[in-house]
Amino acid sequence: MSLFLIVALPFLGAMLPGLMNSAGRQACAGVTFTVTLLALIGLLTNLPAVLAGEIVTARVSWMPGLGLDVTFWLDGLGFFFAALILGIGLLIIAYARHYLAREDHMGEFFTYLLLFQGAMVGIVLSDNVLLLLIFWELTSLSSFLLIGYWKHLPEGRQGARMALAVTGMGGLAMIGGMLILGQIAGSYDLSVILENRDAIQASPLYHPALVLILLGCFTKSAQFPFHFWLPHAMAAPTPVSAYLHSATMVKAGIFLLARLWPVLSGTPEWFVLVTGAGLITMVLGATIALFKHDLKALLAFSTVSHLGLITMLLGTGTAFGAMAAVFHILNHATFKAALFMSAGIIDHGVHTRDIRRLGGLRRLMPVTFVIATLAALSMAGIPFLNGFLSKEMMLEEAAHTTLFDLPWLVPALAVLGSLFSAAYCFRFVGHVFFGPVRDDYPGHPHDPGPGLWGPPALLVVLVVLIGVMPFLAEPFVKLVTAAVLGPAAEVPEAHLAIWHGVTPALYMSIVAVGGGFLAFAAHGPAQRLWDRTPRPEAKTLFDGVIAGIVGLARRTVAPLHDGAFSRYAAIFAVTVVAVGAHAGLTGASAAPSRAMQTPGVVQVAGWAMLVAAAGALVFLHRNRLLSLILIGIVGLMVTAGFVLFSAPDLAMTQLTVEVVTIILLLLALNFLPNRTPIESSAFRRARDGIIAVAGGLATMALSWHYLLRDTVAPSISEFHLANSYKGGGGTNVVNVILVDFRGFDTYGEIIVLSIAALLIFALTESLLAGPVRARLLNRLPDQPRAGGTHPMLMVIVTRVIMPVVMLVGFFVFLRGHNEPGGGFIAGLIVSIGFVMQYMASGFAWTSARLKYPYHGVIGAGVLTAGLTGIGSWFFGAPFLTSAFTYVRIPPFDEFELATAALFDLGVFLAVVGAVMLSLESFSRLARRQHGPEDDYPMGIDPSRDDLPRTTEIGA
Amino acid sequence: MEFLVASAIGVLTASGLYLVLRLRTFPVIMGTSLLTYAVNVFLFASGRLTVGAPPILTDAERYTDPLPQALVLTAIVISFGMTAVVVMIALGAYLGDDDDHVDDAAEGEDAR
Repeated sequence: MSLFLIVALPFLGAMLPGLMNSAGRQACAGVTFTVTLLALIGLLTNLPAVLAGEIVTARVSWMPGLGLDVTFWLDGLGFFFAALILGIGLLIIAYARHYLAREDHMGEFFTYLLLFQGAMVGIVLSDNVLLLLIFWELTSLSSFLLIGYWKHLPEGRQGARMALAVTGMGGLAMIGGMLILGQIAGSYDLSVILENRDAIQASPLYHPALVLILLGCFTKSAQFPFHFWLPHAMAAPTPVSAYLHSATMVKAGIFLLARLWPVLSGTPEWFVLVTGAGLITMVLGATIALFKHDLKALLAFSTVSHLGLITMLLGTGTAFGAMAAVFHILNHATFKAALFMSAGIIDHGVHTRDIRRLGGLRRLMPVTFVIATLAALSMAGIPFLNGFLSKEMMLEEAAHTTLFDLPWLVPALAVLGSLFSAAYCFRFVGHVFFGPVRDDYPGHPHDPGPGLWGPPALLVVLVVLIGVMPFLAEPFVKLVTAAVLGPAAEVPEAHLAIWHGVTPALYMSIVAVGGGFLAFAAHGPAQRLWDRTPRPEAKTLFDGVIAGIVGLARRTVAPLHDGAFSRYAAIFAVTVVAVGAHAGLTGASAAPSRAMQTPGVVQVAGWAMLVAAAGALVFLHRNRLLSLILIGIVGLMVTAGFVLFSAPDLAMTQLTVEVVTIILLLLALNFLPNRTPIESSAFRRARDGIIAVAGGLATMALSWHYLLRDTVAPSISEFHLANSYKGGGGTNVVNVILVDFRGFDTYGEIIVLSIAALLIFALTESLLAGPVRARLLNRLPDQPRAGGTHPMLMVIVTRVIMPVVMLVGFFVFLRGHNEPGGGFIAGLIVSIGFVMQYMASGFAWTSARLKYPYHGVIGAGVLTAGLTGIGSWFFGAPFLTSAFTYVRIPPFDEFELATAALFDLGVFLAVVGAVMLSLESFSRLARRQHGPEDDYPMGIDPSRDDLPRTTEIGA
Repeated sequence: MEFLVASAIGVLTASGLYLVLRLRTFPVIMGTSLLTYAVNVFLFASGRLTVGAPPILTDAERYTDPLPQALVLTAIVISFGMTAVVVMIALGAYLGDDDDHVDDAAEGEDAR
């Protein structure tokens, strides 16, 4: 099966249980199981190739420019982890089906589980590191959902949040580290990175990359000092804990350490950081685990400890260490999943996980007793169980490892960790299953049905099988080890065996198990001592740190971001001017290369009007109507400027937009106060004035500078000028750029415009639905209204002129491709024609004659433009490729037919719809204000016998 | 002529900035409109100033740069949409709250 499908299956399947929730629990679990089974079978079909030493790959180029390809590869290591994830996943699903209570939302649970599973499979199969990072983040997010699955429990929510904060932070560091690695290797493909060991280790960026990647791995795999999140994550339902702690999540960090082992390991820094963190974690986790009363907490800290063990082994940088790590990953996954499931069974039957309230269960739950005991003894490192084998290999490796020039340090700590590890395992078995049967269990201890004990039993069979016949696992372990080592080292000769002769490891093992038993025997007094010792509580520290960060952010943001818009605007303006001034004063620039053009009298007069109007606006802006007139002058002068400087299209657009903008502002001003009161202090006005003048001088200097110089690099406009007619079939280059060369941009722009119009419509709707409506209805005009709101002269003129406007619009639209004009301008012109009808004849009269709602016009426009673009797909061309031809129908001249015209039609419709919908929305506000008398199309109508009226103030 | 255009851009920017820093919605909207003019003209002028050479293909020898024109054309239309949305928001705030201040009332010295 293709690797794409293996990764995609869990994601695609994730939708099913959520949708099938009403079909029942069996259906949800069944479909989840089937999806996982299919993915596992798909994985197994690739087994022969992997066994033959091939690397299975699947690749699709996505964004080659960014080095982001969807590439998957499958080698021994990837296969190993994917098989663990899917295989244990199957058991977890079967177990969860029987574990979850009737009131738990089954579909939601399995959806999260599949999402998580897919993300994990994605991590272990990704070849491209950027893709891997995406899956990495996905595991953080989906595990957040899983850990917090019981939303009603505060521990669940807090645990989930802590897990997300810690692993998410590590994920950020990981992104940095991976990007650095990719930079050094020159490729984001893992397969390439793995071959660049020397280049990476010689690079000055090796250290930052190493630290960042280790941060990611250590947070994910709960290594000291980030170990604290994992025990809190056990607030999750037990199947989730079993999954997260055994085969997934925490193994993701280990996986990456193993995956990058060939390029990162072997340096002193790697050795000290990884081995050191691993050792500390191992000893610390094991010690804390011994003193936990909650079964799941004990197991959670044992996971922390065993992860430390694996990390330590990978840190040594020897081939033997890597092999021991691989073997222990396998063994740990089997016995730890079985142990968590057993803890769940006990919780299920006895209704408590507190070791102090348990005991004597071996008689009441014999099946669970056998399963849990075998798994726990394996974890303790008792011979003939798989945990013993890998623990011996670990001790063997530790015996040959020297840290800080102290040959005894690593072996001593390894023995200490193993000792505590054995002790908590003995406690798990002894205090739960042995001892007298009690009569105060909260529940009724009993063995569950095979649905619950079946999955862990299967795992325990593996535990024993590997423990007794390790040679069965040996070829596979060596295959995976070879994949870990890559080209960096040879697979060691050593064999997996129970008896290696009398070695230091044997003595160490004996000391650990014996000492563990003694520690277990002395547990009572030790616990009392432990309880009296003050210890830092990780959660309190974590919450403190988070609170500190939040406080710091608040103190930083509050003064800058205090809700005063004018302050942001001022800060922004000053910053931009300061940065620009710095660049302008320190940067180098060429000498002026363009000659100044001499202005004529008319040009100077236009300039003077513009400057005068803009300047007057500053002083007269309190009179709002006057300021509208002034801004109209500015707009007209800008339009004239466009005419002068060879931009007829711009001039036409500016002129028409000017009209609709002023109408819009007039409509708004209808409701707003007529005057702006004086509020700012003189100081403040002076300050704003200085900022404004500085900003003005800066932009002036910048434009003055570049207007006198030619462009540094040749503009791409030459291409447009040369190809406008040849390729686009039009002589108006601006229009051809809009509808052809950059048609996709234009498509986006009409969509933005349409969204703006719809937004205005939605705001109006919500305003009119709320209390504002009553206020509008009761609102009195603040000035006398003119009589005859619809003057007859205007009504008649606008109606007569309407066909002419339409004709002009049509003409401007048609000529657009070759002469100034086009969809934008035509749309604006036609809109003005419509608006005139509204103004002259009133809202009701015009609306009654409206056949199509403006939303529909907008939609038709965007659709027309989009379908025109899609149309080119049917000719095998990319989106929005245009075609044109010339036809001649007698008696007309030859004329051109272009698909670009169809696109332009879409632009036209969208512009008309958007402009009209905005203005209509504003008018609807005004309409509420007046009474129904305005609905007559003419203020004075000879056919009506009522007299013209004047609305008095307060009438 | 270059000086006239550059100084016009400067004046438009300065007036726009001053109005944007006012405390009521209407002058702020006026200010953003002026800034829009300034930015549009600025972008347009990046094609340099050419008199009498519109980018309509004829037998002419030279044409002005068409690309900034195409960019500014859509910018003009979009700026209408933007102005309309901002005006609507300002209007909604005023009608709902009877207050056309741009600053949050939480702010000390300038709020009522």
